[in-house]
Amino acid sequence: MKLKSVVTWTAVAIVGAVCWGVLALARGESISAIWLLGAALGSYAIAYRFYARFICKRVLQVDDTRATPAERLNNGVDYHPTDRRVLLGHHFAAIAGAGPLVGPVLAAQMGYLPGTIWVIVGVIFAGAVQDMVILFFSMRRNGKSLGQMAREEIGVVGGVAALLGVFVIMIILLAVLALVVVNALAQSPWGTFSIAMTIPIALFMGFYLRVVRPGKVIETSVIGVALLILAIIAGGWVAQSSWASAFTFDPETLTLFLVVYGFAASVLPVWMLLAPRDYLSTFMKIGTIVLLAIGVVIAAPVLQADAVSKFAFDEIGPVFSGDLFPFVFITIACGALSGFHALVSSGTTPKMIEKESQVRLIGYGGMLMESFVAVAAIIAACILDPGLYFAMNSPAGVTGGAVQSASEFVNSLGFVITPAELDAAAAAVEEESLVSRTGGAPTLAVGMSDIFAQVFGGEGMRAFWYHFAIMFEALFILTTVDAGTRVGRFMLQDTLGNIYKPLGRVSWKPGLWFTSAVVVAAWGYFLWAGVTDPLGGINQLFPLFGIANQLLAAIALTVATVILVKSGKLKWAWVTAVPLAWDAAVTLTASWQKVFSDDPKIGFFAQRDQYAAALERGEVLAPAKDLDDMSTIVTNSTVDGVLAALFALLVVVVIGNALVVCWRAVRSPEPLPTTEEPWQESKIVAPSGLFATAEEKKQLAAIGAPPNGSGVRTDDGSGGSAGKDGDSS
Amino acid sequence: MTAAWRRLRRTLRGVRWYLAELTGETEYDRFVEHRKRLHPDEPVPSRREYERIRHERLAQPGARCC
Repeated sequence: MKLKSVVTWTAVAIVGAVCWGVLALARGESISAIWLLGAALGSYAIAYRFYARFICKRVLQVDDTRATPAERLNNGVDYHPTDRRVLLGHHFAAIAGAGPLVGPVLAAQMGYLPGTIWVIVGVIFAGAVQDMVILFFSMRRNGKSLGQMAREEIGVVGGVAALLGVFVIMIILLAVLALVVVNALAQSPWGTFSIAMTIPIALFMGFYLRVVRPGKVIETSVIGVALLILAIIAGGWVAQSSWASAFTFDPETLTLFLVVYGFAASVLPVWMLLAPRDYLSTFMKIGTIVLLAIGVVIAAPVLQADAVSKFAFDEIGPVFSGDLFPFVFITIACGALSGFHALVSSGTTPKMIEKESQVRLIGYGGMLMESFVAVAAIIAACILDPGLYFAMNSPAGVTGGAVQSASEFVNSLGFVITPAELDAAAAAVEEESLVSRTGGAPTLAVGMSDIFAQVFGGEGMRAFWYHFAIMFEALFILTTVDAGTRVGRFMLQDTLGNIYKPLGRVSWKPGLWFTSAVVVAAWGYFLWAGVTDPLGGINQLFPLFGIANQLLAAIALTVATVILVKSGKLKWAWVTAVPLAWDAAVTLTASWQKVFSDDPKIGFFAQRDQYAAALERGEVLAPAKDLDDMSTIVTNSTVDGVLAALFALLVVVVIGNALVVCWRAVRSPEPLPTTEEPWQESKIVAPSGLFATAEEKKQLAAIGAPPNGSGVRTDDGSGGSAGKDGDSS
Repeated sequence: MTAAWRRLRRTLRGVRWYLAELTGETEYDRFVEHRKRLHPDEPVPSRREYERIRHERLAQPGARCC
């Protein structure tokens, strides 16, 4: 190591350590969010430079002389070598969504510290490792999906469990995300109008791209984003006008709209709605996240929440039930460890990567970026006054939904907020009320509007920024709902096609309608259950969503561990086995508590028994208001309890099957047959990291490629065709 | 002044290149190049035709996270 490098990395380590020190020692006093950012960025830098590099070199043994599938199978369509910076953008847009924004907001009920530690430590040792390792293994297997790898590496049972897991998880995921949107838009004419406008905007963009200017995506997106901003501004006018009532809906009506919309989006051709919406949401996503990062750094807001609140250990909090272990690790999935990323890492990304060593930048680096988004979300939630935070995030069943009763409830928790302050907070963002706006999106939007208003535009812009943030979240949640419904539909068509051939045909209209309807009905059911649940849908369903996501991570980490063991790298298997053990402990403990806990606030079946017994006696238990509410609770807790048990069972099956395979691999005298594609020489020259090193620049110059781009070596070793790059003219 | 101007133009060109790659706007050019190399004698589909084929393919979206 050169001296300069030693000095730089020592400095980074010291800065990170000082920030952690401040976080650890600050008790009972408010600290600036800067320390949180410093701790996060310092840790990421060290982890990326040392741990990720170690995994690449020693564990995976990335080999840049080996051609990637993008190079070997280049067909100019799904397999093609893609500039690493572009691929990082693609990959990031596919993995980041509302997840890292919502989970940390809910977890803030336990204070800023538990969430922050899990987001940073979790991403370094679990989440980013999973994303990178799965990306690498899939790349070595021509971009096979997680399900295919599970079937080939673990066996049919593991494969089927994985496939089933993916499907059920997708349904819960879509329902919970849709619930977040419903909670954000209910009784909000401004939000509802703006989001409704995205449909005609997307249709217009789709038409424009197909008929007027085919392929001009940037131009179309710029027009789209401009219209979107206009829709947000116009939402304010609508909310003030006599039209407001036409855009004010209760959660039940919004649920019906979403279900109808989801079905339509699934059966319509993609160019009409899904593709243009995807462009819009990508631009908004990257733009807003960059804005948020800049805003947090410039505004450097002060954290108002406790470092560790009493809801971490001593009491059950109103936002979600259960102790810090395991429920913080279930609530924050995306941002720390998210199983869903394994689907992206084994989807399109491995088919486009230029060089093996780039898995560090794209897999590990991409996940670090998502983790940073989660840290920003924690900050946005924790700069709110805790009284306001709990008034917004406690279910209506306990706050009563009005400012007076909400204020009393918050006071009973030990925090203070007056009804007048609650009214003022709602008026500042031009909403009817902020009481019990659960789901995380409105809280994050208030936090973001606070930060943005400080940096860009001042107090007068606060309501605009609030609705901008709501729009930004709702937009990409709806994109996920569109895409997820379609993915679920294809999975269903694929599976049912084995039973009845025509159903498998993508173009057969009745089959398409039938499978779309099944998928929409499945998530629609949970969405409806969440919206009408007297105990609060987020409170009930979010843990299920977290468990499901972490279950998928357990499957992914199991696949990775099995591959390591089978390829004779038992000594390095801890790299994925340790996060797997942790994740399994978290998931199984959480499922155990959700199924078997005697506390009706935590255990679904205890809850069921309590309400069923009361129902039999004809009693009504708060927060239920009548006997109908009571039977709703009984039904919901039964379904939720069965699902929690099913999830746990699936993990146990996959891990059990994997253990058998590992045991066989360890006992076998020779390594088991590999499913890797054989080595072929690579002719691509491209840098590994974001910026080319001096050595890489020299190699690029030798073939006449731009200094930061890439190129292809020709056989005689002299020149070569130069790659394209923004720098080249 | 001219140095700064050149720098700005280069940055803007870089941003444009990045967005075009990211959104798939340059996919058609890559396709044409690929097509001409492999099937030099066959006619190449027009941009309009290509975008339709591309959207058929996009009809099966990849998984994405929350």
